[in-house]
Amino acid sequence: MTNMPQDAGTEAIQTKGWVNAHKWLILRRMSQLGILALFLMGPWFGFWIVKGNLASSLTLDFLPLTDPYILLQAMISGVTPETTAFVGAAIVLAFYALVGGRVYCSWICPVNMVTDAAAWLRRKLRIRGSSHASRSTRYWILALTLVLPLLMGGIVWELVNPVSILFRGIVFSMGLAWVLILAIFLFDLLVSRDGWCGHYCPVGAFYSLLSNHAMLRVSATNREACDDCMDCFNVCPEPQVIKPALKGAAKGIGPVIMENQCTNCGRCIDVCAVDVFQFNNRYSNLSKSGIQPAKDYSKHTV
Amino acid sequence: MAKPDKGKKGINRRQFLTTTLKTACSVGIMGVGLGFYIQRANALPPLAIRPPGALPEDKFLGACIRCGLCVRDCPFDILFLGQLGDDIPSGSPYFIARTGPCEMCEDIPCVAACPTNALDHSLTDIEKSRMGLAVLVDQENCIAFQGLRCEVCFNVCPIRGKAISLEMQPNVRSGKHALFIPIVHSDACTGCGLCEKACILEKAAIKVLPLGLAKGELGSHYRFGWEEKQRAGEALVTPDVEHQYSLPAGVRYDLQGEGLILDGKTDSQPPQSPFSTNPLDTLNRKQEGK
Repeated sequence: MTNMPQDAGTEAIQTKGWVNAHKWLILRRMSQLGILALFLMGPWFGFWIVKGNLASSLTLDFLPLTDPYILLQAMISGVTPETTAFVGAAIVLAFYALVGGRVYCSWICPVNMVTDAAAWLRRKLRIRGSSHASRSTRYWILALTLVLPLLMGGIVWELVNPVSILFRGIVFSMGLAWVLILAIFLFDLLVSRDGWCGHYCPVGAFYSLLSNHAMLRVSATNREACDDCMDCFNVCPEPQVIKPALKGAAKGIGPVIMENQCTNCGRCIDVCAVDVFQFNNRYSNLSKSGIQPAKDYSKHTV
Repeated sequence: MAKPDKGKKGINRRQFLTTTLKTACSVGIMGVGLGFYIQRANALPPLAIRPPGALPEDKFLGACIRCGLCVRDCPFDILFLGQLGDDIPSGSPYFIARTGPCEMCEDIPCVAACPTNALDHSLTDIEKSRMGLAVLVDQENCIAFQGLRCEVCFNVCPIRGKAISLEMQPNVRSGKHALFIPIVHSDACTGCGLCEKACILEKAAIKVLPLGLAKGELGSHYRFGWEEKQRAGEALVTPDVEHQYSLPAGVRYDLQGEGLILDGKTDSQPPQSPFSTNPLDTLNRKQEGK
C-alpha cells in the first residue's frame, strides 16, 4: 500500500495521535525558535544570555561558540583569529562530530523552517515536477566558497549566505533579507523539491562532512514491520539516505542510517505509523553479526 | 574475459562525467557571477565608518565573520550591521558619524569583543585608532570662515587642541577682526566623528572621511629645500659662481646695486669715463680712424 505525498503522516496521526506523530517536529521547532529567542532576549528585553549570532556568539559572557565553516573562510582569506574563536569553533566541531553535523540543519538553522514549509506546501498542493540538479552540487559550491576567499581576499559567501543573512536579519535587522528568503521558499515550492537545503547549500554540505563518525543516528530498527507506505520517503529532505537502511536487509546492510546527509530531523520516526524508525547510536548496527553498515551501499539518488 | 556489466558500466561512467562536468560548469559560472557581485557589494560608502581598530578594508572583509559582537558590546549603541539591500557589505559593522559618532571608550569594548582580529587587538590606546580623518570639506558654509565665533568642533574634540587647532587669520571683510579657522591635524585625529556630529550647520561642514579619500600624498621623490637644508646644516645645491664681467680696466659692475662703478671716481670731479660724453664721438670713431 503506497500513500500519496500529500497524505504523508495521516496514518501515523490516526494510529499514534497528532502529538506523537509530530513529536520530533515539535521538538525541532522548539529548538530552532528557542535558540532565536535566546539571541533575542538581549536586544528585545535587555536580558543578555547570548550575544552575537550563529557566526560567533558569547553565552553568559563565558562560553564562546564560533561557526567553523565561516572561521575557515576567514582563515583562508589570510587572518589570524583570536584564541576564543578557535576554542569556540572546537566546541562546535566536537558537538556536531558527536551528534551529526547536519543536526545544525534540522535543529538550529532558521532557513530549515522556511524550506520545510515549502516542502509541506509542495506536498499539499501536489506539485510534482522538480529540477534534476545533482545533490552533490552543494559540495562544488562548498569548494567554491573556500576558493573565493583565496582569490578575492574576503569572506565572499557571507555576503549572500541565506542561513546567516536570515538569522542576522531576525536578531539584528532584516533589510531586504526577506526577498532572498522568499526566493528560496518559492524555489523549493515551485522549482525543486528540497532544492536549497538538499542540493545547493554549502553550509549543510560542510556540516555533513562532520557527520561521518557521529554517534547519534536514526535507525530502521523495526524494518520488518515496514508496509511500504512511502510516508518516510515523502517527508524526508534527503530521501536517498533511507533506502539502504530500510530495504537493505536482504543485502546484509544494517538498519542504521549511516549516510552523512541524514539531518537527524526524526521526521521519518514521526510519520511512520508502524514505528519502524528510532534514534539510536551508530554501534547498534553491529549488534547482529554479519551485518555491514549501510554507508557503503548508499547512493546520492533514490 | 567478458564482463557482463561492462557496457552498462561505460554508460554509467559517461553519465557520471557528464553530470559532474555540468555541475562543475554551473557552479563555475555561479562563481564568476558571485565574484562580480562581490566586487560591487564590497564597496563601502564614504560616510559609513568602520569601528576603531578595523583592518584596512580589503583585509577587514576577510577577517570579519559578521557576528555582531562588536555591535552588542558598544555601550553607546552606535554600531550597525549592513543589511541586504544597503550599500554596506552585508553583515559588516559600521557607524555614521553625523548621527552616532564613536565616543572613544578607553577600554575599547568593541575591539575586545571581536573574535577574529578584524578589529585589531593590538590597538590598546583609543587615541591611536584611525577610523577616518575629519576634513573641513565646506569652507564656504563653515561660519568660522565668515569671521563668526563658533569653534564647536574644536571644543568637542576628545583630543582637544591636538586633533583640531584654531588658526588666527586676518578678517579681510571687516578689516579689523580675526578669523578663527579650525585646522585638523592628521597625526592626532582618530576619525571618531564627534566634530561632525556637533557641527552646528544643517549639514556638517566638517566630515569624517576614509583616510584614503581624505589624505593627499606627496610624490615620493619630492623634497622641500628648506627642510633638507636644515637637516644637512648647509645648502645642498652648488653656490652660484660670481659673474665675471668683461669690462675695461678701472670699471666694475654691481648687479642689483649701484650698477656701473668707475674706480678712482670722486664726488667733486665729473666721471672720468673711458668713453666720450658725446655719443656721436663713439659712433664716428671708425670713420675718423680711416
